[in-house]
Amino acid sequence: MVGRKQADLARAVGISPSYLNLIEHNRRRIGGKLINDIARELGVDAAALTEGAEAELLNTLREAAADHERAAEDLPRLEEFVGRFPGWARLLSDTRRRAVELEHSVEVLSDRMTHDPFLSTSLHEVISTVTAIRSTATILAETRDIDPEWRDRFHRNMAEESARLAESAEALVRYLDDASATDIAGSTPQEELDGWLRGRGFHIAELERSLALEPETLVNRSTELQSAAAREMGQKFLERYRKDAEHMPLKSFAEAATATGFDPAALSVRFGVDLTAVFRRLATLPTELVGAEIGLVTCDGSGTLTFRKPVEGFPLPRYSAACPLWPLYQALSRPMAPVRRRVEIGGRNPRGFVAYAVCQPAQPAGFDGPQVLEAAMLILPLEIVGAEILEPPQEVGTSCRICPRAVCAARREPSIMSEAF
Amino acid sequence: MGKRVLLVEDEPNIIEAIRFILSRDGWVVDTHSDGASAVEAVLANPPDVLVLDVMLPGKSGFDILKELRGVPATGTLPVLMLTAKGQGRDRELAERYGVNRFMTKPFANAEVLEAVNALLEGATGAA
Repeated sequence: MVGRKQADLARAVGISPSYLNLIEHNRRRIGGKLINDIARELGVDAAALTEGAEAELLNTLREAAADHERAAEDLPRLEEFVGRFPGWARLLSDTRRRAVELEHSVEVLSDRMTHDPFLSTSLHEVISTVTAIRSTATILAETRDIDPEWRDRFHRNMAEESARLAESAEALVRYLDDASATDIAGSTPQEELDGWLRGRGFHIAELERSLALEPETLVNRSTELQSAAAREMGQKFLERYRKDAEHMPLKSFAEAATATGFDPAALSVRFGVDLTAVFRRLATLPTELVGAEIGLVTCDGSGTLTFRKPVEGFPLPRYSAACPLWPLYQALSRPMAPVRRRVEIGGRNPRGFVAYAVCQPAQPAGFDGPQVLEAAMLILPLEIVGAEILEPPQEVGTSCRICPRAVCAARREPSIMSEAF
Repeated sequence: MGKRVLLVEDEPNIIEAIRFILSRDGWVVDTHSDGASAVEAVLANPPDVLVLDVMLPGKSGFDILKELRGVPATGTLPVLMLTAKGQGRDRELAERYGVNRFMTKPFANAEVLEAVNALLEGATGAA
């Protein structure tokens, strides 16, 4: 599509630029009217457009066959197969492509676990310390005639190593807790998007101006959003951001937020928008404008986290499932019933927060289609909240694997902290 | 002169514990903490058994072992390798370079003692 902007072409044929992007990269099949429209706009024969897709399909199937002995025998009949069963051929090709993508993701994650230098050094430190403690403790326990001078020395060593172990373990847990500790770009589309947003502080200044940039322009300029899926997700995020910015202009919204003590309900009434939109807007305000970090996490009906903006003292799990005691999940179980809870994250220096959560159902496929749920939880540091909340805090964690609370009614699996440390 | 072991390890409290265990069994225990100069230390006064850590400052235990195996004087020196890196490929690497025993941390004291004694018996038995 040299010489012609993708956005212009998309507009001319009545589809979104992101959808056109998927078509261009052979991630969406098209045919009939749409392919004729695109061909007309580009001034080429429709067959010329399908040739590229066909060649790409044949190529993918050849690659798949190369890894499979029986299929390789049938290679001479590949074109006949694609011609007679185009749907099956496409299914096979898409499945092969997906398998390759998944293998790549597994490799990236596995590589990270194996070669992450901080993780490797920390674990080495923990194991060395445990070794010294174990050896020394065994000597003290099993040597009856130990010289008092040696005994005192070993007691000192034990105390030293125990302190070192505690420090190493704390550093390790801090690292695992901290969602922003490492660069995670390069694996799943969600991670690409998270990394991009984190790099921008979750605030998109270009969409706040009266002559805001097009979301597509921002996506195209981004070097972090590499996969087509991440670009599509980024586009959706930015389109919603732009609408939020139009309904809640930055300056007046920031002033109102401060004046109301960050009360989402009051802001919802004042700007005539729903609570979830207020949550999103609060979480994307620049920190310097409101003097505090505000966190946000959203999930879909399955409980899968779909957006994460952590706040210091309230880390969000990157890979594992989150704490089931979060007000987010209370809200998910009761759509349209807002929840406000004072919460406290465990640890040596627990910090207090106020969590506002709400779940809103949508019917994107009409009244007869499935109901789609989205729940959101706003995380506000206790000290910036205007309302006086007298209720005792609800103790919550990040995820079961790294939660230090020994007694928890909702525990799903044992913690590595209670087991290892 | 008694049986002599050289322990190349950089964790002082592990050194102290191993020194205590082996000394009580009649071993003369020398220690060395720097990886970079470990080969010279071994060659200057070859021990009966070498206990070698993998993660050392200056030079890794694998590199030290490889160099020692290239020198006739230490080509068959019994070596016990101690490591917190217990993955299969580390063991393979150690074996490729000619390690005699490979032990992962955290180890039991009795295991270290048994391994060092077995290495000496193997060496003297083979001689």
